[in-house]
Amino acid sequence: MPEKPITGEKRAFMTGNEVVAWACLAAQADIMYGYPITPQNEIMHYWTRLAPKYEKKFLQTEDEISAGFTTVGGVLAGARAFTGTGGPGNVLMQEAISMAEMMRIPTVMFIQQRGGPSTATVIYSQQEVTLTTYGGNGEGYRIVYSTASHQDLFDYTIKAFNAAWKYRFPTFILGDGYQAKMRESLMLYDPEARGITMVPAEPLVGLPGTPGVDRDPAHLRNTYNTEEELLALIKGYQAEYDRIAPELAEHEAYDCADAEVIILSHGVVSRSARIAGRELREKGMKVGYFRPITLRPFPDAAIRRAVAKAKKLLVVESSEGQFLKLCQQSLCGLPLPIETLLKPGMGITSEEIVAKLSAWRWG
Amino acid sequence: MTVKLAMPKVWRKETKPHKFCPGCGHGLVLKALGEAIDALEIQNQAIFGCDIGCSLLAWDFFNVDTIQTHHGRTTPVVTGIKRARPDRIVIAYMGDGGGYAIGSQHLVNAAARNEKITVVLVNNCNYAMTGGQMAPTTLPGMKTETSPYGRDAETTGQPMQGPEMVAAIAREGSYVARGTIANSRQLKTYIQRALENQMQGNGFSFVEALSGCPTNWSTNARDTWAFVEQAMPKYFKVGELKAPPRKEE
Repeated sequence: MPEKPITGEKRAFMTGNEVVAWACLAAQADIMYGYPITPQNEIMHYWTRLAPKYEKKFLQTEDEISAGFTTVGGVLAGARAFTGTGGPGNVLMQEAISMAEMMRIPTVMFIQQRGGPSTATVIYSQQEVTLTTYGGNGEGYRIVYSTASHQDLFDYTIKAFNAAWKYRFPTFILGDGYQAKMRESLMLYDPEARGITMVPAEPLVGLPGTPGVDRDPAHLRNTYNTEEELLALIKGYQAEYDRIAPELAEHEAYDCADAEVIILSHGVVSRSARIAGRELREKGMKVGYFRPITLRPFPDAAIRRAVAKAKKLLVVESSEGQFLKLCQQSLCGLPLPIETLLKPGMGITSEEIVAKLSAWRWG
Repeated sequence: MTVKLAMPKVWRKETKPHKFCPGCGHGLVLKALGEAIDALEIQNQAIFGCDIGCSLLAWDFFNVDTIQTHHGRTTPVVTGIKRARPDRIVIAYMGDGGGYAIGSQHLVNAAARNEKITVVLVNNCNYAMTGGQMAPTTLPGMKTETSPYGRDAETTGQPMQGPEMVAAIAREGSYVARGTIANSRQLKTYIQRALENQMQGNGFSFVEALSGCPTNWSTNARDTWAFVEQAMPKYFKVGELKAPPRKEE
């Protein structure tokens, strides 16, 4: 047996894509299936360098459709399998994800968002929110963690493998090109050293024994003959998703209790929002900060609590309103005006947020 | 006196009679596949993947762990399984649309990478599940729902030569053959050799089976057989196209 990739804890300074590769090792992932696309490539680069040292595998496929479906195959076979993509690759991968959603196949996928629509830029955006949360011809039974830092990337990668296998819904780490490419420090660790047990990856096909003799065969299908059959199935999924949503939903909030204005943001943009909120507080403005960490399921109860006393909300995101729609859906019925700072495909600094809020009339 | 039907042992009796149309060739291809699985005694090792199209109706056909996938995507799914569990014998079962049109990039690249998987592709010259549209394998002049005046080879091309294409790109160690439901014993032999090739770790294996579709061809039994036995082999030559050297038995 090879040694553990990480024993105990280890301080590191690396790019986000390198963090993902290390986190997958720490989470005892077995195999990556992938296809090159910027800004996700270095996940594969680091994985292919590290994998043989720890008896892990990699397959470079012919496209993202295949990367998605080979990942599905790996998971079916009982491997802790994952893939990564972004932009048009995320579009192509939706087909496999919809099958995983329908058949409750616990795939883990890393999305490093780039500018869109189409090929657009290879750099950065937050424009794959709708696609990642609700893409495909279904209802969006997915778990989506929107990370903001390299420590998040590491922590939530481990969490994503466990959530996927515990709840059997396709699970995503939604990052972006900035997180993928920038370097920052974080703590790597062995999950066991922190008392985290990895949920076992059980095979769904290729089980022990002879099918039809020792046991029933696994006959897994995604096709149904009648509307009634499908309705019953989807209603069951919905009930289960509703039941587990409160366990899964995560958020981060500061200074919301007495805030007049609350900044809503997610992912890397939330770092600017948090700094902006602190600065404005220091100037005496009552500003709060709320960041959903899970975009699916959305932290509905928490966000409604957080904004209970606010007079106004500011949604800040690097898209033309994809995150805004999730917020509006969650806050539906509350008589709160929502202002926006929307910059599709562009980063957003704390100075811009401070300037926007400073220009408002307060009190 | 009762007649005992010669069903392969690996067939799941609870799901018979099967779901295919009367006269459909799938049953014969799956019989050959079942006999090959029986002969090799790999029921507890095999994993069966089926595509979209009529092949999906085989999702509960065998006493074998089975995954029914998307149109054209059976090849990558079983590839993913095989890469994760090399001790399993994986079979991708699909039609001509799945393998030669929507999933052709997967077939080409699986062959080029020499994936240790077995693909069994049923060629019945049309998209049958969706109501009989023109397929890559439709014969010139043949009428389908999307070639109602007959396939015009000038504008829509000639029938796709699947095994020939695979044989051209497949590496040493791969096995490529074209059988027909008109010769069940030979078809079983080809499928068995394909599976053996995978079991021996030699490389990719691919068998196309010429098959009949009386429902969409609008043919009676005699005309269906005439088409399979006489019309199809004019374009699709039956035989082994590529095989590793066989040890004397």
